Amino acid sequence: MSPTPSPPTTSACGTCALNNAANLRRLGVDPSGHDLVVALAGNPNTGKSTVFNALTGLRQHVGNWAGKTVDRAEGGFEYHERRYKLVDLPGTYSLLSTSEDEDIARDFLVFGRPDVTTVVVDATRLERDLNLVLQILQITTRVVVAVNLVDEARRHGITVDFRHLSRELGVPAVGMAARRGTGIEDLLDAVERVALSPTSFGGRRLIHRNRRLERAVSHLAERVARHVPGVTNPRWVALRLLEGDATLERAVAEGRLRELVADPAELRSETVPEEPDA
Amino acid sequence: MNTTLDRLSPGETATVTALDVEGPQRRRLMDLGILPGTRIRAERSSPLGDPTAYLVRGSLLVLRRNHAGRIHVDRHQG
Ligand SMILES: Nc1nc2c(ncn2[C@@H]2O[C@H](COP(=O)(O)OP(=O)(O)OP(=O)(O)O)[C@@H](O)[C@H]2O)c(=O)[nH]1
Ligand SMILES: [Mg+2]
Repeated sequence: MSPTPSPPTTSACGTCALNNAANLRRLGVDPSGHDLVVALAGNPNTGKSTVFNALTGLRQHVGNWAGKTVDRAEGGFEYHERRYKLVDLPGTYSLLSTSEDEDIARDFLVFGRPDVTTVVVDATRLERDLNLVLQILQITTRVVVAVNLVDEARRHGITVDFRHLSRELGVPAVGMAARRGTGIEDLLDAVERVALSPTSFGGRRLIHRNRRLERAVSHLAERVARHVPGVTNPRWVALRLLEGDATLERAVAEGRLRELVADPAELRSETVPEEPDA
Repeated sequence: MNTTLDRLSPGETATVTALDVEGPQRRRLMDLGILPGTRIRAERSSPLGDPTAYLVRGSLLVLRRNHAGRIHVDRHQG
């Protein structure tokens, strides 16, 4: 799925920081022969597709209303001579209570095993958007938080302390204004850093201290791991099953969870439509 | 003053005190940013008063009356 990255072919030189964008080659719809997979996740309308377009040179539809992207789109780019496949996902508020569009994002994030998950958040609505960041950190710590719309935030008198945010979350946080192409280099560097890091980042995890719950989760997680070889997040699946997640329950009962782990696109056509809540 | 969210008029603000909803719907409301302690402002209603748009943590959310009626709030004094 994700071959070990080849060693850097260009050593990052101190003087070419200004020319970093020159190291970006947009590959359009052709992600063939990629070394690494990067997912673009985030709440609706935070600028994921705008980032996608800036990196791939494609023209995914960008719109100023929630839910513009309803399916996943793929493209490619090359940075420092390494090829990346970039996956643009529909906006989602949550990995836990999902609507049909959101299931596409959830399935890819949880079962698609991207090498790096970039969570695009809106600098003017950080408080709301960090909910999803925390949920994603429970399934992977190979995360970069891209704080987008800093231009808009500045207009509202909001400045974001990226170093502090990054320290609190345990993963890189970079600022950007994707529509103007600002911050692309910082994002690429952070993505590269996480992608090539041999060890996992110390992303912030939420711990539950209830002994009985912990025992139940461990027990069930073991069974999930045995039932679904290759699943990367058996504990997360176990916790969801204990919470009564109907989609996952069906996927397990019908043996579809295995297929999903083999090919995360599988579940897409089979999710049962839910009435959107709000 | 204690009331439920559906009873706010446009422009009124309140603080959430409790969610009288269980299961996935409770989770959903929390994921949308509505939990005890959250400040909410009623923005505008559709012509029939249902659904209504609310301002929560800087974004607009649209809720149906039967959901809003299960969100207990403390109405701020105008
Ligand atoms: N001011 C400003 N606007 C931006 C920026 N990035 C994106 N936008 C605008 O934000 C809106 C939403 O952008 P999209 O890229 O469609 O957002 P998305 O996250 O893909 O949206 P969904 O697919 O619906 O989840 C568009 O009107 C963009 O032009 C930015 O950096 N600054
Ligand atoms: Mg989009």
